[in-house]
Amino acid sequence: MATAGGRARDTSGTPLLEVRDVVKTFGSNVANDSVSLKVMPGEIHALLGENGAGKSTLVKIIYGALQPDAGEILWKGRPVSVGSPAEARALGIGMVFQHFSLFEALTVAENIALAMPKGTDARKLGRTIAEVSRDYGLPLEPDTRVADLSVGERQRVEIVRCLLQNPALIIMDEPTSVLTPQEADQLFETLKRLASEGCAILYISHRLEEVRAICHHATIMRRAKVVSETDPTRETVGTLARMMVGSHVAEIHRERAVPGATRLELRGLDVPATGPFGVALKAIDLTVRAGEIVAIAGVAGNGQGELFDALSGENPAPSDGMVLIDGKPVGHRGVNVRRRAGAAFVPEERLGHGAVPGFRLSENVVLTRHGTREGITRSGFTKVAVAGRVVTDVTDRFDVRKGTPDPEARSLSGGNLQKFVVGREVHREPGILVIAQPTWGVDAGAAAVIRQALIDLARAGSAVLVISQDLDEIFEVADRIAVISRGHLSAAKDAAEMTREEIGLLMAGGAEKRGEP
Amino acid sequence: MLEAIILTVITAATPLLLASIGELVAERSGVLNLGVEGMMVMGAVAGFAATVTTGSPFAGILAGLVAGVLVSLLFAFATLTLVANQVASGLALTLFGLGLSGLLGESFVGKPGIKLPSLHIPGLTDLPFVGRILFGQDILVYISFALVAAVSWFLFRTRAGLILRAVGDNHVSAHALGYPVIRVRYLAVMFGGACAGLGGAYLSIAYTPLWVENMTAGRGWIALALVVFSSWLPWRLAIGAYLFGAVSILQLHTQTLGLGVPAQFLSMLPYVATVLVLVVLSGNRRAAKFNTPACLGTPFVPDR
Amino acid sequence: MRLELVKRAEMSRAMMVLSPLIAVALTVVAAAIVFAVSGHNPLTGIWLFFLEPVTSLWGLEQLLIKATPLIVIGLGLAVCYLSNNWNIGAEGQLTIGAIVGSAIPVLAPEFDSWVVLPLMVAMAMAGGAAYAAVPAVLKTRFGTNEILTSLMLVYVAGLFLDWLVRGPWRDPKGFNFPITVTFNPSATLDSFPVGGLWLNLSAPIALLLVIVFAVVMRFTLKGFEIRVLGQSPRAGAFAGFSARRMTLFAFLLSGALAGLAGIMVVMSEIQKLQPVISPGYGFTAIIVAFLGRLNPVGILVAGLVIALSYLGGEAIQTSMQMSSKVATVLQGMLLFFVLACDTLILYRIRLVRGRHGAGEGAHA
Repeated sequence: MATAGGRARDTSGTPLLEVRDVVKTFGSNVANDSVSLKVMPGEIHALLGENGAGKSTLVKIIYGALQPDAGEILWKGRPVSVGSPAEARALGIGMVFQHFSLFEALTVAENIALAMPKGTDARKLGRTIAEVSRDYGLPLEPDTRVADLSVGERQRVEIVRCLLQNPALIIMDEPTSVLTPQEADQLFETLKRLASEGCAILYISHRLEEVRAICHHATIMRRAKVVSETDPTRETVGTLARMMVGSHVAEIHRERAVPGATRLELRGLDVPATGPFGVALKAIDLTVRAGEIVAIAGVAGNGQGELFDALSGENPAPSDGMVLIDGKPVGHRGVNVRRRAGAAFVPEERLGHGAVPGFRLSENVVLTRHGTREGITRSGFTKVAVAGRVVTDVTDRFDVRKGTPDPEARSLSGGNLQKFVVGREVHREPGILVIAQPTWGVDAGAAAVIRQALIDLARAGSAVLVISQDLDEIFEVADRIAVISRGHLSAAKDAAEMTREEIGLLMAGGAEKRGEP
Repeated sequence: MLEAIILTVITAATPLLLASIGELVAERSGVLNLGVEGMMVMGAVAGFAATVTTGSPFAGILAGLVAGVLVSLLFAFATLTLVANQVASGLALTLFGLGLSGLLGESFVGKPGIKLPSLHIPGLTDLPFVGRILFGQDILVYISFALVAAVSWFLFRTRAGLILRAVGDNHVSAHALGYPVIRVRYLAVMFGGACAGLGGAYLSIAYTPLWVENMTAGRGWIALALVVFSSWLPWRLAIGAYLFGAVSILQLHTQTLGLGVPAQFLSMLPYVATVLVLVVLSGNRRAAKFNTPACLGTPFVPDR
Repeated sequence: MRLELVKRAEMSRAMMVLSPLIAVALTVVAAAIVFAVSGHNPLTGIWLFFLEPVTSLWGLEQLLIKATPLIVIGLGLAVCYLSNNWNIGAEGQLTIGAIVGSAIPVLAPEFDSWVVLPLMVAMAMAGGAAYAAVPAVLKTRFGTNEILTSLMLVYVAGLFLDWLVRGPWRDPKGFNFPITVTFNPSATLDSFPVGGLWLNLSAPIALLLVIVFAVVMRFTLKGFEIRVLGQSPRAGAFAGFSARRMTLFAFLLSGALAGLAGIMVVMSEIQKLQPVISPGYGFTAIIVAFLGRLNPVGILVAGLVIALSYLGGEAIQTSMQMSSKVATVLQGMLLFFVLACDTLILYRIRLVRGRHGAGEGAHA
């Protein structure tokens, strides 16, 4: 038994869960290639790997949501077949999903009831929820609709839902990606307590710092295979990253910024909320100068989407003077006027916003550049050949891997599509680039290429505004950092003077203080 | 006079209520079946044919129900198994149902039907005013109210109903929790088909015991509008169906009053009223937002 | 055993062409079954229904007459459906277009000039567009579901026409029949011989429209805009296109074309107004649009195929004493088959034996 608190791993007993040589293929794509894994009772076991390394597939197999093509799963030493998530729960395996698996229209109690076995007393359940959630420091109101909860509260529902089934193993998929640093610390306390009570945790992450901080053991996957196992406390972030990525990731070169004239300016940007779940932007002031990268940090759902829409003109500001591009007021103008003024935009969502999934890459070039007077349209006709040349240029410069010369956007992998979507805008050499989540869900190689491109663009004299939830990324590229919280933006400060703790406090509401009298 | 009006309102509202309560359940599971008109008209022709052939209107009710389920399966197979576009498939179901019912019903045109008998409890039914209204209706009227109560109880008081709502709210999560999304939706669509079939059968064996081609005259579409009107709540659906029943009866009574308004304009009333109600409701989107099934009309393909 | 869908990496270009063909083939099989069940030789039935009508010049003329309104309406509906606007009220727009366009010959029968025809066409198109504007404006202004409103307005239009021809517009010398006066020659389209066929201008206009639409959809920014907004409204907004303006555009265009189809039918075939002026062209055009895969050239072919089914229905009625309603049943089936076969464009279908897979298993 692993001793609680002590981080030594004892493998002499029977593993709680053992996965032996599991294989899973999707069509011609091998997602798990003879993967093996052992989780001991009471240990926090990290499953590390880049996007697309096969972590999610493995976890879905353990949870019964996918069936393996070959291999076996042993639970407490006995071979089992996990035919469905319900069977997994009956065994004692619970899961907290990365993208929440909650039902917005239903109440907290109803959401939890759906994960409980048939015949659970609904009235008793409400009381139990209240008790357990208080007990673990995760307070919840059983009768609230999930739609009215914050992201952090939703995660609590997921965790409590899991706990009520008295699981012996909890699978957590990227749990901290939506939390502030402080909320994450709270979560770690809960996890440590659970482990000390004998519950094992399979912790999926690519955040190496936190894996080093809380995990007893780590299994590292790369390209569908397990490539190594280690005690993360004995590793550095650097050595873990190398195991994960395989080769050295290209270093990012960054010189000090020499900011020039102001290129993008927001003056008291106020935008009312659209829809019942929207966030209103409140008196946002910001300048981005030529040559620098300014990053906006914040937890998801604090107005980042609304800010992007107000900057791009998809949801114009109430008055022209609230957004200035090279001194020209454009707050009230549409996206193509702003593009012609020299701005370019890359939204968070690649498929369905930045690109049309079923359109070819050349058509997706037309999508954002038909109005920029570059000859991509002429007297109402689209010039496919011109757009095709842009595809070739972007492909060459950003090393976009694709099967055919001009494939549909959806057939590209996440990283390659993101390189294309970023490259399509950088290729224009825009004076201003606004980019949301530049490397969300992108492999390390592509992320390095994209971040370098942003830095190079800024150093060549453009103003770059990055909206991101990834603090590692922000510290890697940003010259100045501001934090958005419930529609308020803190003053941008020099990145060298900012600490994670400070950003965390601003995320948790500190940024709002400034906006109030 | 008032008693007569209420009685006719009941007969006008019942087919709408029957068809729309089924569609409500289908939509709660996330399926938008625009083929209600087609399923209804199939129920009408099957109900009439079975009644005339067997001599029993109860056989007609059963036949209408079965016919509704059978054609709803066509829709379910196309949209759930083959993930075809739900809007277009619903239109296909309507066009197909109108065509097939016309073909099957050709030999029944002009034949006399048999009216579904009404309840008669000596004493109670003979009570003044309320007697016939409460105790003198045919079985389908009582079934329609039983269905509203049953659906309301099912959706909000049972675990199966909770699962159905969960599937309509977020099919990806429901699938991740291990619930059979496609199977739940098949059952919901079939229930919708059964109810639409009953509504159709009501037209041809109780409302007017006759078979006339296209005799549903857009009632299936009005039933769809009623579901929007109800914001997916069963009891509000009953209120809506009776309001619409009242509007469509209004025209008959206005005609007898001889106000000089042409009959065609009065006949337009239910359709115009539907449009107006939809407009008024859509102005208040926030209220409907919570009950609108989030997955309504979106296809689901599990990744395996 | 059950079917399992496997998503393709890209749309299958082959299936885009094959899927409507498979659907037609399935419909032919279904027709054979219908004939066999009703006690006829299925091969004779197929010959009579699908082939015999086009073996005569008269049959070909009829084919073009029936296909023309279907193609004209189908083109407009395709723009709607591609841009995710569900106009299913073309039948009503056709009716109103025909009414407005007929105002001159009905109310001013003595007005005899070459401008009458173009005026009638313009008025019909304006009428159809105006009627289609109602659901469009309700959608953009209030978010009202356009499927239900456009459909409801079909019934209203039909009742309005009924009132006109029985009331104010009834021909006083018409022995109380519900018809208007017969249009004078300046308000009717003449036929002229083309290679043995007697045709009026409608068919060439439809062909011209097909070419224009094909070019616009394939090569212009407008066509691009229509497709973007249909597939991905968010990406459309990012491209600077307005979904609201597109809704208005698509409805006005399809309404105008439905109105045009309505006045074409009235000017050439009927030459007066009566309670029923269309055998459901506005609804059948929905099938045409989907069978043609919302592609202008596809719609041209699909319009001819569906028109053939009308003629086939009449043919089996006279030769086999079967109901002509078989045609409408087959049309409905065809639409089902087309929609189902379209699945093959995005997915491969696998037949799986044995136990149910993830999530579809028993729930504890």
